[in-house]
Amino acid sequence: MTVKRFTLAAAVAAVAGTTALGGFLTTAHAEDGIYVPLLTYRTGAFADSGTPIANGMSDYFALLNKRDGGINGVKLVVEECETGYKTDVGVECYERTKTKGAVVYNPYSTGITNAIIPKTNGDKIPVLSMGYGLTPAADGNVFPWVFNLPTTYWSQASVFVKYVGDQEGGLDKLKGKTIGLIHLDHPYGKEPIPTLEALAETHGFDFVTYPVPPKTMQDQRSTWEKIDSDEPDWLFMWGWGAMNPTAVKGAVDVDFPMDRFIGVWWSGNESDVRDAGKKATGYLAGDFHGVGDGWPVFDALREHVIGKDGSQTPESMVGETLYNRGLFNAVVVGEAIRTAMGKYGDRPITGEEMRWGLENIVLDKARLDALGLAGFTNPINVTCADHEGSHPVYLKKWDGDKWEKSTDWIEPMKDVVRPLIEEEAAKIAAERGLATNACSS
Amino acid sequence: MDGTAFEFFSIASGFLGGLFVDPFIAFVDRPDKLIQIVSQGLSAGIMYSLVALGFVVIFKASGVFNFAQGIMVVFAGLTVVSLIEIGVPAIFAILLAIVVMGAMAVAIERVVLRPLVNQPGIILFMATIGLAFFLEGFGQTIFGADPKPVPIDALGIPDDKFRVLGDFFRKPVRIYQLDLTALIAGGLMVAAIILFLNRTKIGRALRAVADDNQAALSVGIPLPFIWVVVWTLSGLVAIFAGVMWGAQSQAGFSLAVIALKALPVLILGGFTSVPGAILGGIIIGVTEKLAEFYWRGVLGDGVEQWIGYVIALIILLFRPQGLFGEKIIERV
Repeated sequence: MTVKRFTLAAAVAAVAGTTALGGFLTTAHAEDGIYVPLLTYRTGAFADSGTPIANGMSDYFALLNKRDGGINGVKLVVEECETGYKTDVGVECYERTKTKGAVVYNPYSTGITNAIIPKTNGDKIPVLSMGYGLTPAADGNVFPWVFNLPTTYWSQASVFVKYVGDQEGGLDKLKGKTIGLIHLDHPYGKEPIPTLEALAETHGFDFVTYPVPPKTMQDQRSTWEKIDSDEPDWLFMWGWGAMNPTAVKGAVDVDFPMDRFIGVWWSGNESDVRDAGKKATGYLAGDFHGVGDGWPVFDALREHVIGKDGSQTPESMVGETLYNRGLFNAVVVGEAIRTAMGKYGDRPITGEEMRWGLENIVLDKARLDALGLAGFTNPINVTCADHEGSHPVYLKKWDGDKWEKSTDWIEPMKDVVRPLIEEEAAKIAAERGLATNACSS
Repeated sequence: MDGTAFEFFSIASGFLGGLFVDPFIAFVDRPDKLIQIVSQGLSAGIMYSLVALGFVVIFKASGVFNFAQGIMVVFAGLTVVSLIEIGVPAIFAILLAIVVMGAMAVAIERVVLRPLVNQPGIILFMATIGLAFFLEGFGQTIFGADPKPVPIDALGIPDDKFRVLGDFFRKPVRIYQLDLTALIAGGLMVAAIILFLNRTKIGRALRAVADDNQAALSVGIPLPFIWVVVWTLSGLVAIFAGVMWGAQSQAGFSLAVIALKALPVLILGGFTSVPGAILGGIIIGVTEKLAEFYWRGVLGDGVEQWIGYVIALIILLFRPQGLFGEKIIERV
């Protein structure tokens, strides 16, 4: 083989290898500061959703390091591991980073979250699945290492039903109506089904599901024809990645009334509706934080991080829904670390100390003001038993150009959701032999 | 009849009813829906055909099964979209994309194919698998991993729909202008390819190379040139397919997976037949959509994921060369 050909082959192999192998890591360890691994996905079919989240998280951590010198003087060592939204790759990332002193995991995939939850009891590293993951994990008595604040899929599903009931003139008017759910045929997409089935039984509405296989989520025409034929009165969506804009276009194509189409908070990004534009006017989505850049924290980000070395965020992404969600996630991690330091001292903390920080985090109005995030979210107050922490959800409406807040904060049906969470958590505990009294031991 | 037997009988009758009775009642009950589903199947079929056509063009002329065809569709589509995004007028974006696909064809011939001349087909196939990985990584480096909306306004692709037969049925049938555009433009492209392959000197040379590249070389047909021509031709088809697929949702790397749905189309239509790719695509597309809509109740959700492969397997049993493929007779 000539030198020229060898060099070319090596270059090709290097580029192909970079693509094929997920989870490229540099060497970083807890002794350099507080080690926060981020399981991100900037590549693959779900990259359009994963990239803004990754940017929001890494920008806020960079802000803490650059502006404040870390948290209470201790630097954050942030390292991304690319999962491509693949559960097996995500688990590999977890295994490769946990020994470096990881204090918390943010998997951003229900599949990865569910896969690493069984490991948390042994590894004693908390998992923060903010607004996703396994809903019954909100029961801290059974899942002491898992936090799904500020609210869960089941709470959100009940909020949607509550909203629909309100629009129909009362929950008693739901009898005989049909509510459909178009969802990614994936553990994430199936999460709200138990709650919606329970609510269907309680309130007498018919509940129909329309699964969308991940591999062909960009070809949903048959599904939309089925929806058009069934004519459900309301339609909820649990979608992700390229499924979302395709579904919104599908709804437009079959003339489904957009103001009766409500997406989960993962189906409410700007990129989900921008393609359909004006035609998607009226489409609703749940959310648990603000959209836009009208908070002082964004000025600080622009001053210290965005457009500077290390930030991958284009200006147009700042303030978008998923960027803000990543940022909010990083705020929660930062505040939990700060809370833990209040008890254990200003030094790199451990996973166990981080769990205490998450269980005792207080993100009240005063603290949100101090962070430059006044009114950005509903105050959060986690307890040992309740890892959901806040609960309310609001709905926003696409006006053809941008999202607008459409409702006030809506409390979920806690009387329905919490017993379901405890029942399901107890069932999982019995199956897996887990203790059910973490908060009393 | 005891309880178990009764249960079995009721399940069996429900299954058979769902398979052989209910769908046909639905045909009669909602003929508008039947027309709608068939038209969607035609639309999907045309899309499959366009991808299959890229495979056929290369296989016909070089005997290479190009595993990278799906990612070429994505690469081509993203090239057009990205160029328009940075302000290049649509017509120039398409012309530049043709240049890019041509340059890619030259590079593939020089780097991948030329060193493998006279190697068995499986070696060339493996090389195209490597090429697919390379193009995916290289593409994500250039275009980024985010799917991009296809600027259909800039490209002049209509995005509205006609509502027809509303007076006859409960609901009008929707005919999407995007589908009509794909149908008309795709038809013109197929006609041009057939003419090129059958009526031009280069087209005849392509077929000669496909029959026997050693014999073709001996009569002075330049193999490297022919390979560049077929890969460029396949790149042209990829540009069209990438833009039209992307226009239905977004142009992104996940489209490469959908492109593999062209495989049963190839098995059905034959790897060497242009009309076979078209007809195969339409048969698979219509069958998939009908099955998903009318038979999902008994066959389960996602019938359209696998029904095409079942059809392909049945065809393989009775006609391994596909409906229109050339029968392979080899001396032993």
